[in-house]
Amino acid sequence: MATETLIWLLLVPPLLAFFLIVLFTNRSNRLSHIVGVGAAFLSWLGSMVVFYRAVTTEHLGEHPFASSFNWLATGDTYLSIGLLIDPLTAVTLFFVAWTILMIFLYSVGYHNFGQPKGDHDRPGLPPHGATMIDAHGHSHTVPSIEPMYARFFAFIGLFAFGMYLLVLSDNLVTLFVGWEIMGLCSYLLIGFWYGKESARAAMVKAFLTTRIGDMFMLLGIAYLYSFTGTLSFRDILYNQEMLNLLASTPAVGGFLGLSAAGLIGILLFFGTVGKSAQFPLHVWLPDAMEGPTPVSAMIHAATMVSAGVYMVIRFFPLLSAGMEHGHLTTAMTVLSVVGAFTALFAATIALAQNDIKRVLAYSTISQLGYMIAALGIGAYVAAAFHLITHAFFKALLFLGSGSVIHGMEHGVLHTGEHVDPQDMYNMGGLRKKMPITFWTFLIGGFALSGFPLVTAGFWSKDEILADAWGHGHYIVFGVLALAALLTAFYTMRQITLTFLGEPRTKAAEHAQETPWTMTLPLSILAVFAVVAGWVGIPEHFPGIGGLIPNWFNEFVGGTLLEHPVAVDFNFIPLLTSLVVALGGLWAGWTVYSRVKTVETVDPLKPVLGGFHTVLKNKYYFDELYEKIFIRPAQWLSATFASLWMDRTVIDGILHGVAAFTLQVGSALLRYFDTPVVNGFGNQVGESAKKLGHLLRPIQTGRIQQYMILALVSVATFSALFYYLLVYTR
Amino acid sequence: MIPLSWYLIFAAALFCTGLFGVLARKNSIAILMGIELMLNSVNVNLVAFWRYRTPETITGQVFAIIVFAVAAAEVAVGLALFISIYRRRNTVVADEINLLKW
Amino acid sequence: MTAVQIIFLLVAAATLGAGLLVVTAHNLIHAALWLVVSLFGIAVLYVLLNAGFLAVAQVVIYIGAIAILVIFAIMLTRKVAADSGPQTNSNWGWGAALAAALFGALFWIFQGWPGINTALQPLSESQDTVVQLGQALLAPDEYLLVFEVASVLLLAALIGSIMIARVRKDS
Repeated sequence: MATETLIWLLLVPPLLAFFLIVLFTNRSNRLSHIVGVGAAFLSWLGSMVVFYRAVTTEHLGEHPFASSFNWLATGDTYLSIGLLIDPLTAVTLFFVAWTILMIFLYSVGYHNFGQPKGDHDRPGLPPHGATMIDAHGHSHTVPSIEPMYARFFAFIGLFAFGMYLLVLSDNLVTLFVGWEIMGLCSYLLIGFWYGKESARAAMVKAFLTTRIGDMFMLLGIAYLYSFTGTLSFRDILYNQEMLNLLASTPAVGGFLGLSAAGLIGILLFFGTVGKSAQFPLHVWLPDAMEGPTPVSAMIHAATMVSAGVYMVIRFFPLLSAGMEHGHLTTAMTVLSVVGAFTALFAATIALAQNDIKRVLAYSTISQLGYMIAALGIGAYVAAAFHLITHAFFKALLFLGSGSVIHGMEHGVLHTGEHVDPQDMYNMGGLRKKMPITFWTFLIGGFALSGFPLVTAGFWSKDEILADAWGHGHYIVFGVLALAALLTAFYTMRQITLTFLGEPRTKAAEHAQETPWTMTLPLSILAVFAVVAGWVGIPEHFPGIGGLIPNWFNEFVGGTLLEHPVAVDFNFIPLLTSLVVALGGLWAGWTVYSRVKTVETVDPLKPVLGGFHTVLKNKYYFDELYEKIFIRPAQWLSATFASLWMDRTVIDGILHGVAAFTLQVGSALLRYFDTPVVNGFGNQVGESAKKLGHLLRPIQTGRIQQYMILALVSVATFSALFYYLLVYTR
Repeated sequence: MIPLSWYLIFAAALFCTGLFGVLARKNSIAILMGIELMLNSVNVNLVAFWRYRTPETITGQVFAIIVFAVAAAEVAVGLALFISIYRRRNTVVADEINLLKW
Repeated sequence: MTAVQIIFLLVAAATLGAGLLVVTAHNLIHAALWLVVSLFGIAVLYVLLNAGFLAVAQVVIYIGAIAILVIFAIMLTRKVAADSGPQTNSNWGWGAALAAALFGALFWIFQGWPGINTALQPLSESQDTVVQLGQALLAPDEYLLVFEVASVLLLAALIGSIMIARVRKDS
């Protein structure tokens, strides 16, 4: 079928899965995951077809697959919305489809499908295990199935729909819609186990923090629309006159000397700061680890946070509008500063975290900083490249960590030991117990660290460093290199503590490998983590450069109006990446292979001293925000608004009005109604009575008196009539 | 010659005298006597008018005769009433016969 | 002043005086007797007015029947205590004023009527008032009906007064 029709159909399966599961199949776990995984598979299939067609089209950037319709009539013009497949979309679609499918499949095993129902399991809390009696009469506690199994698939189905919508959009409206759907789903999924207090707090935190970013982004969208009258990407970003106009017009109100393009770009970037957890809105992402691991993988590795970076990559032409001769625009400078700082900042925090998922969370923040810094210095293709490779290996790492946690939980249930299955200090020696998980995690970890040549991460990271050095952004280069060193270090720390050495707890000893529904996705993603880098080998790379053409650069570079020129090869960045990667890995292994028992103090502690505690507490940013923002907001709401304004002022006014009205009413009653109105009525009666009383004595019963009265009246009247009738004639 | 006016004035005076008696006397029978005076004065009036104004037709006298009859009837009934009242209430003072007061 | 006038004046004065005494006498019997005098005076006046039959009828009916009846009634309703003391009630002032006003009004009306001074026409020779009266009362095309009605009235009065004054056995 025509590609234009097919791209619309990509959106349908996940949305349909959501509705079907919610409305019909929510009682049956099997049906729900069949619908869910089936939908992910169908969308994956369609995406692969579209991808194939996209890569086989010459000059896709100039005539992309597009399908749009006029949606909102505004006066004479229409706001049109629709879908677009240009090179950037195509590669993004590729990784989105794969990772979503892998995560859906993984969720089946993660939520223990096929296991019995738990003894004390309640919806809203993670499953606690079921007691089973085996053939010998021994009772074992085994993992139990998640009580809210079907709900999970419904939510990730909606989530997948949001991501597909965002990626496929050709305009900011539907992009924002997808953005918000994912915001909603992340709220729902982080707080999936809503029975836990920490999960509830985390879900609200995530939503509110990203909301702050979204607010600015919406301002940017509004400004862009009011300026250009359109929100379609092709009309704004692939249109040199529009870009020139945006770059040359000063921003409204002469805001900080920015051009319109600059202000819009920065406003849109704020959305990314929120969504992709950059400094200072990074605080939600570590807490978001409260959600189940597939959620962490999906939201915080493969899709949602990548959406933020995808959006700024998409808007690179706007951000770089007005760029002359390699001088960065203001917007780009902001990006590079924020990105580089975040990369280093998050990497330092990751050094001191013991929870296996937290390390990965900070690692994600750090890597996203990398991408944004890359974009900030103008390395368009490198940023996109790193986005894609990162999605694969970070999803792999998260799913791997989920597998580890699962294995540990099995051990915990088996031994009855009450240890935290997520704390790396309680692990150790898992390479023997969980081999597939170990090897895939190792591949992912090496990719993250940038292990040379065979991992995708190396190629993408190296390209960023090369770009930074090649265009003379030495500070960014230095910061990113340092961050890379730390990345390698803490990754190896993580691998050493988790898999190498000997088990440090009984639970670790009894850990077990996870079922195929979990290990298969790990394996597939591991393949990508290795292979994905080879599509972007620079041409002049010593040795293997030129063997495989730099297809990625060619293809993705076609998205822009002007094809970006690949940076010249230089030895220094290459050497730097090799040194930091290998050096970091070696250092991590050496330092942490010394940790033998649970009580062993972290070797970094004596080195860093008090600074280690600062790192462990994430530079106390949560406490800072609590003090600066949250307490005042709560005060405003509880005291100012609720107590003072609402209860005192407004209620006071109401009560005052009521009291006043009561007074007026009573006064009216007492002084007017009763005496005058009532009184009048009474008086009429009374006066009639009095008159009667007065007139009564006339009736004496004595005839002579009657006669006198009658005659006097006759005399009077006759005199009167005589006078009137006779005399006045 | 006696002018008509003398008779008329005389009759008026007698009438007023009778009226005074009706209005001012205590005893009911005295009231009746006043009424008789008034009736007689009327009769005098009638006959005077007959004689001076229409002496050829006898209507005036006929009227007077009928007044006689009426007066007689009235006196009879009235006195019967008073006697009956006297029997009942032992009084004929008009002021004391006041049961129809308020 | 002719003799007739003098007679008239004397008789009128007597009648009026008797009338005044009727309404002012303390003793009721005296009042009744003065009534008789008054009625007699009026009979004389009838004679002066050439109504002889009426004069006789006056004496017979009024004095002979009515005045006697009044005297009977007075005697039958005597109460010694009530017969002494002033015989006028508390409103005699009003009565006097009214009577005076009425007399004044009548006098004033007479003044304004031109026919007040009609001369006395002598009666024609052929006119016999008694015969005329008899014929008028009994002629069907004159006043027979009136006569009969008056008779019925007298009958009703007769029966009525008997009924009223009857002594009731059951009281």
